This record gives sequence, structure tokens and C-alpha cells, in this order.
Amino acid sequence: MSEAKIACRNLWKLYGSDPAGFLRRNHNNPSIETIRAEGYVPAVRNVSFDVMPGEILVVMGLSGSGKSTLLRCLARLIEPTSGEVMFEGRDILAATEHELIDLRRHKMGMVFQHFALLPHRTVLDNVAFPLQVRGTDRQKRERRAREVIELVGLKGREGYYPRELSGGQQQRVGIARSLAVGPDVWFLDEPFSALDPLIRREMQDEFLRLQKVLNKTIVFITHDFDEAIRVADRIAIMKDGVVEQLGTAEELVTCPATPYVAEFTRNVSHDRLLSVRAVMAPASSRKPDAAAVQAQALIASVARQVLTSERPVDVIDDAGALVGTLTRDGLIDALYGKEQCA
Amino acid sequence: MSAATLTRQEAMEPQKPLAAMTRPLLVVLPFLVLLLAASLLPDWAVQVPKGWTIPFVDWANMVFDHLRDDAIFGLFSFRDLTRGAAELITWPLAFVEGLLVSGFPDIGIAAMPWVMTAGLSGVLGWYLRDWRLGALAAGCVAYMAIFGKWELSMITLSVVLVAAPIAGLIGFGIGILAVKKQWFEALVVPLLNVLQSLPHFSYLIPIAIFIGVGHKAGAIATVIFAIPPMARLTILGLKGVAEEVREAGKMAGCTRFQTLWMVEIPSARQPLLVGVNQVIMQCLAMVVIASFVGARGLGHDLLFRLQALKIGQALESGVAIVLMAITLDQLSRAAAHKEPSHLAPDASLLQRFPFLAASLAVIAASLLLAAITPYAQAWPSELALSTAPFWDALVDWITVTLYDPLQYLRNAMLLYVLIPIRDLFQSIPWTAMVALVAAAGWSLGGFRLAAIVSGFVLFIAFAGYWERSLITAYMVTVAVLLCIMIGLPIGIWASRSERRTGIAKLLCDTFQTFPSFIYLIPVIMLFKVGDVAAISAIIIYAMIPIVRYTIFGLRNVPQEIVEAGITSGCTQRQLLWNIRMPLAFPEIMLGINQTIMFALFMVIIAAFIGTKDIGQEIFRALTFNDAGKGLVLGLCVAFMGLTADQLITAWATRRKQKLGLAG
Ligand SMILES: Nc1ncnc2c1ncn2[C@@H]1O[C@H](COP(=O)(O)OP(=O)(O)O)[C@@H](O)[C@H]1O
Ligand SMILES: [Mg+2]
Repeated sequence: MSEAKIACRNLWKLYGSDPAGFLRRNHNNPSIETIRAEGYVPAVRNVSFDVMPGEILVVMGLSGSGKSTLLRCLARLIEPTSGEVMFEGRDILAATEHELIDLRRHKMGMVFQHFALLPHRTVLDNVAFPLQVRGTDRQKRERRAREVIELVGLKGREGYYPRELSGGQQQRVGIARSLAVGPDVWFLDEPFSALDPLIRREMQDEFLRLQKVLNKTIVFITHDFDEAIRVADRIAIMKDGVVEQLGTAEELVTCPATPYVAEFTRNVSHDRLLSVRAVMAPASSRKPDAAAVQAQALIASVARQVLTSERPVDVIDDAGALVGTLTRDGLIDALYGKEQCA
Repeated sequence: MSAATLTRQEAMEPQKPLAAMTRPLLVVLPFLVLLLAASLLPDWAVQVPKGWTIPFVDWANMVFDHLRDDAIFGLFSFRDLTRGAAELITWPLAFVEGLLVSGFPDIGIAAMPWVMTAGLSGVLGWYLRDWRLGALAAGCVAYMAIFGKWELSMITLSVVLVAAPIAGLIGFGIGILAVKKQWFEALVVPLLNVLQSLPHFSYLIPIAIFIGVGHKAGAIATVIFAIPPMARLTILGLKGVAEEVREAGKMAGCTRFQTLWMVEIPSARQPLLVGVNQVIMQCLAMVVIASFVGARGLGHDLLFRLQALKIGQALESGVAIVLMAITLDQLSRAAAHKEPSHLAPDASLLQRFPFLAASLAVIAASLLLAAITPYAQAWPSELALSTAPFWDALVDWITVTLYDPLQYLRNAMLLYVLIPIRDLFQSIPWTAMVALVAAAGWSLGGFRLAAIVSGFVLFIAFAGYWERSLITAYMVTVAVLLCIMIGLPIGIWASRSERRTGIAKLLCDTFQTFPSFIYLIPVIMLFKVGDVAAISAIIIYAMIPIVRYTIFGLRNVPQEIVEAGITSGCTQRQLLWNIRMPLAFPEIMLGINQTIMFALFMVIIAAFIGTKDIGQEIFRALTFNDAGKGLVLGLCVAFMGLTADQLITAWATRRKQKLGLAG
């Protein structure tokens, strides 16, 4: 297994008069009641996870649950109260200001909810900005900026000012700017939340297309579970600063760890989320049936075949080998009840 | 945090009707008791005993004397230093003045022809907004030439053009430092509050001592006076930059310095330019008043003619000042609101640099014109038009036809309104005043606020000018009450439709740009001198904020709440009194707060037309160069304003929170 790109351990961020002292007095693990009773605001509480290279980790939660704070701790825009953040195996909290600037100039990109464009600069100058501050000469940085602008589909708008663009276009500029230095790690804080639903879907597709080409390590914040399902490899659900559960969308839906997660995932239609692999029964190796279905197909797409078949339907993997079978009962259980957690 | 929770709980408590009344009652009760029992109180509790006066004035003068006479830097005194520094301003001043009006006779270069000045102003206006602003700017400049105010107005303009950038830069620097260094902010913000509430004259006295009198001193006073608003708006602007934008800068890998210069300052461009607008307008207001310490220009002309009671000629100068104010305000406002827009990729050089191109064209054309005809270089004085006869005729007409009604009005005001109120005010025991203010402070903001505001009042009481202060307070109170009685209905009327609002806003904006001194002209015209004239001047000037805030408050009531009222079947009248007014009331109170501030500024300037209050004392301090007295009196005025300001702001903030309106 390769090393985690970003890892955080026991990360805490409290707001209040003396958060560090308060945390120490409470043995680094105060309960939420104590925190609130003493007038502190719990933003991030005891969060630990790894983000693997090339992975999209989505952090999901209602507004005020601490998502933005968590993300800013990872980028060290905010100093955590306690805990560790490792970036490519280096302790980022120990980095000097100079090292931090260097890291941001080469390895990190960030997209903001309200775009955060510089109003007095053209699209080209906005995108070239991160290159400019690190001292790239004008010709080089403008060439690179034009490249990225073309990548996000804004060719022809280089000379426009942000206020002359629509919201979706402005966020494309934000995305282009965050990609200009060719970062390894890409932070996105609710990048599409300020956009209309239709544009939002279009931008999600655009995002997935870009990621296919770029293959970055991504931490993506959203408050929209549908968006999380569409883009995530894994999802972390946050509430009051705590990660309630971290897993794939299927895991969250089929085995919610807490009532809160269950509440969130209840209205997701399982047939458009679960793959055949998640609900099949294992099978001993034999030659698969001719009418076998693919393991990674969504169950919605095979429901008719399974439900009308008298016998269990064989499931095969990409290579065509048998990996399991799916029965009518198994499918019905997956859709309408009966927990399948181990 | 805990304090916030506490107040919230408090707000949740169901209030009994009686309990709701007890608070205000408790606040005024001690005051009423002391006022009514004034005759029973010992003398010391009614009048501040002479022996109790704390010699603030002497202390201040000791400091001033020390600074003036003693060599604190070994070789020279502080005054030598300031005088030396003041010399520096003469260079740019001479340069700009030479450019605009006097030319450079030493090297044989003439001043810019007036057509060039007018043309360039026009180009600037056109570039910043549209051709109409250009026409306005060019027209106003041309007016100065044709109506014989060229020299005076260009001298005034050059002071503004020199003082505004200097004041702007200093204020900008102070603002940046305050945003970046917390200790500096803690130090400078209260100081700015006081400085901004000090009357204009208070700035003039130390200037007269440390710089001397004359044109240069006036320019320095102008610079100093215009610094605080710029500093304040810089702080406001930089703090207003969205956190996300700052973070975007950091994530792009900006160093601290880059974040400041490349991200924060450009993002705060608009509030900063609004600050520049403020600076320019403050400079103009001050340069008019600085004529009292010998600044030349339109203000000096106006002062001179007013003193000679030559109303027609004074009005002529007044009109010139007003036109200059409108032009400068509109131009700098347009600059603040100008947004960049993209160019076609194949834009020609002309399209890329339209301002430069047009300016060059104007310069070439006017040089050519000036070579052909001397009329284009300088408008000949024998052809200058004058409106003075017209104004004089108007004044004569007013005197003849309106003499009786005006006289009657003036006497009636004095006899039945002003004198009784003044007597009432003078009978208020100082202890009652302190009790009232302290109780109000305590009820609105707890012990801290009570301590601050009663501290202000105690300073005034023990500084030795209590009676004078009461006269000031009485004039301000009467004027503010009248402003409310007139301004509130105007505001309500104007808020009724989009069109009326537009008109009212335009008028407010325009009137607010006039230097306050201007408002003395019409009242002298109508009422000559005295309390009625002073109060009328205050009313005209201080009416602006109450009208403006009333409109703003009423129009900003959330539309949904109004619609809820409409669907509940409210009539227009019910909508106004049950929904709009209660919700707009905090905003209106803030307007009243501003009105009080404006009134205090004006009441001091009104000393010029013979009031008997603190302003008159400041005026005298100015004549006798008594800096200590001037400063202490200025502080008395500032503290009066700040007392009202602290109390009203605290009340409005609380009220807005209770109503769930954004604070
Ligand atoms: N600077 C701050 N001071 C005090 N509390 C803060 C600050 N920033 C965030 N918070 C609090 O921390 C919590 C988490 O905020 P945030 O991370 O912005 O949530 P999210 O992004 O999930 O909406 C919220 O309760 C918020 O009020
Ligand atoms: Mg957020």
C-alpha cells in the first residue's frame, strides 16, 4: 500500500478564550457538553483520517458542522488547537512560514465557495496570479495560464473581469487558478454550492472530467449528499466537528454507523447507488452462465433481469470470471430492508 | 460568548407590561427628582463650584508651552520641528498653484490656460463616468473663469489637490498599521473617534501656535483635518475584504507583504476610493474654514465679505464653493464606482488609452487656442460677469418684503421657544445631568458604558465651562428636535416611491458636499445674527442625515414582512405605523445620532454669527492663540457628541438584535 498523501491524527479545533489550555485540562478529550458548557465552540473534534494519492475524499455535513475549518486546518490556513497533519509524510504544523509558502506555491491548490477572485484582475491575470507571486516571468506564466483556461473551457474570455462573468464561469476561473501551479493536492470548499442546480450538475461533470485527466489527490467539501455520491471515492460525514462515519457511499447507505448517518442516507434510492457486487452472495468457482451480469453494474440496471429470473443470476467481474450470484430475495432485501452489515 | 448567551436569555424572558415600563422610568427618575428638587439642593450640587474646576486648560497649556519653547530634541523645540516640516508643503503648493494660476515667472512659463483646465476636467469626467459628468466638470471650471473667481478658486483647488493626497497617504498608512497591529488599533481607533468629533476650530488653534498663521498653516490644518476619515475608511475597507479572498491569496503562496499589496488593498479598492472622496470633501470644507488662520482662496473671500455683510458678493463666492464641491464630489465618486471592463483583443491604441489620447488632444488644442487669442489663456477681468447685483437685489427684496414676517418669526421664536428652553436648560443641576447619563448608560450597556459616558460629562462639568456647555446643549437640542419634526415627515414622504427617494437622495448627497460654512450665508441673509440665525443654520445642515436615514430605514424593511402586513389587510397608514416604523426605528435613531453630530459641528461654526456658547469661547481662544483652552473646549464638544453617540449606538444595536435585523 502506498503512503497516504495527507493524514491527520486527533485533530482538534476549538474557538474560545483559551482552547489549548482547556483541551489540556480535559486530557485532550472533552465531551461536547463540557465544551459547550465552558463557552467554547467545537469546530473540529478529534478527527483522524488518511487521504490516499489519487483519491477523492468528500467531507459532507450540514452548515456549521466544521467542514471548512477541517479543510483549513489541513491547508494550515487555520492553526489547529491540537493534533497532527502530515503532508506527504511531513509534519505540516511544524513547517516554517517560508516552507509553508513554498508548499502552497508548488503542491496545493484550493477552490472557494464564493470564488474569491481578485476583482481588479482579468481572467488571465487571476489565473496567472499564483505563478506571478512565485516569480515566474510574464511570458511563461501567461502561456501556462492560457493552457489552464482552455482546460476549464474559458478560452476567449481571458481579457474579461470577474464581474463580467456568470457564477459558473467565475468558478471555472477559480478552478483554473487553483490548477495553475500544477498542484498534487486539490482542496475544494463547497465549490458548486453557490451555483444554480443545473449549472451545479454541469460543473460536477466538468470536475469529474478534469479529475480523469489530472488524477489529483482531492479533499472535496459539500453539504449536498447527492453531490457527494456523484464525485466521491470515500465520504466522511461530519456533525458538530466530529467525523461520524467514513466510508464509501455504499457503506454509508447500507451500514450507517450512527442514527445521524442513517437519517442522512435514508432518502437515497439504493438502486441507483449500490452495485451488484455490494449485494450479491459469494459463489464457488464454476463456469458462469451466459446471462451473467457485471459485478460493477448498478442494481437498478439489472433489477428487471434478476426479478424475472427463476434461478439466481450469475455475477461476473471485468475479466468474465464468476464472482457471485444474485437472487430475487437478495435484491429485494437490498432495496427494501434487512440490514446487510457485518 | 457567555455575555451573548446571557443577553439572549434575558431577551427570551416574557416581559410584563409593567416591567417593560420600569426600565426607562428608572433611568429618568433620578434626573427628574434632582431637577424638581433643584431649589432644595445645596449650591454645589446645582452649579459646579468654581473651586472644583480641574485646571485641564493649564495642564494643556503647560504641555503646549513646553513643546513650543523648550528644546526637547537638544537643539530645537518641537515647534521648530513642526515649522520646519510645514515648510515642506510650500513646495508642492507652489508648484500646483503655479501650474493652475500663477505660472512660473522665474523660468518664464505661464500657467495653464483656463481652457486647458476646463478641457482636462471635462475629459476626466467623461472618462470616469460619461459625457454629462464631463460637461458638468468643464462647465464648473469655466464658470470660475467667466465669473471672475478664477484666481481664488484655483488657489483653493491647489490646496485641495496638494492636501488631499498627503492626508490620504498618511491616513492610509495609519489604517494599514491599525489593521496589521492589534495594539496600534486599540490605541488609534478611540483617538480617531475623538478627532472626528472635534470641531474644525479646535484643529486651527494648535496649528496657529505650532505652524503660525497664513496660507501654509491653512494647508497643514487641512491635511491634518482630513487624515482621520481616511484612516477609518482604510480600516473598514481592509477589514471588509472577504476572508476567502485573503485565503485565496495565501493559498496562491503569497508572502504577508504580497497578501497586503496584491490581494487585500486591490480588493478594498472601492471603500478606499470612497475614503479618498471623503478626504477631498473634508479638505474642501476645511480649507474654507482655514481662512480663519489665513488660508487664501474662496474661503477667505467669503469670510471677508460676510464680515463686511456684503451678502451679494458673499453669495457669489458661496456659489463658486458649492460648484467646486459638487464637481470634486462627483468626480471622486465616479472614480470610486468605475469598474474595469474588458477590451476587444484587436483594440487600437486609441481604444486602449482613451484618457491619455483625449487629454493630449485637449492640451494641444488649448495651447493652439491660447496662442491665437489671449481670451483662452486668461479670461479678461473687464469681461468677467458678476451675479452679485442679482443677489443683492434678491437680498434687498427679501429685506423689504419679508422684513416684518421674518422679524416677527424671529422674535416669536426667541420669546416663546428659545429663551424658555434655554432657561430650563440652565436650571438643570449638573448632578442631575450626570445621573441621567449614567443611568442611561447603565441600562443600555452596563457598568462599562455608564462609566464611559459619565466620565465624558464629568470632564465637561469640571473643565470649567459647564454653563457654556449647557447653552450649546440647548441649541443643539432645539435644533435636533426641529430637525426631527421636519426631517422625519420628509423622510417618510420621500420613502413612498422610487422616484421621490431618488430625488431626496440626490438632494441629500448634494447638500452634504457643501462645506458647512456655506450654510451661514442664507441665514445671515434672513435673520442677520443671533440664536435664531444659528439654530436655523444648524437645522438646514443637520437635517440631511435624519432624512437620509429615515428613507434608508423605511425602504430597507424586509419586503416579506411588508407583504405579510399587506396580506393581513393593513391600510397604508397601518403599514407605516405598525410595521415599517417600528422596524426602521433603530436606523432612524442612528440618523438622529448623525444629526446630533452635524449639529455640534455647525453650532461651533455658528459662533461666527454671535452665539454665546462654547463655540464663542473657542472662537475667542482662536483669537488669543490660547491652545490649551481651545483643546479643552474642543474636547468638551467632542465628548458631548460622543456621549450621545455611545448611548444611541448601544441602544440601536440592542434593538436591532432584538428585532433580528442585521447589526
Ligand atoms: N473564527 C471563528 N470564531 C468562532 N467560531 C467559529 C469561527 N469560525 C468558525 N466558527 C464556528 O465553527 C463551527 C464550524 O464552522 P465551519 O467550519 O465554517 O462550518 P461549515 O463549513 O461546515 O459550515 C461553526 O459553529 C462556526 O460558527
Ligand atoms: Mg463552510
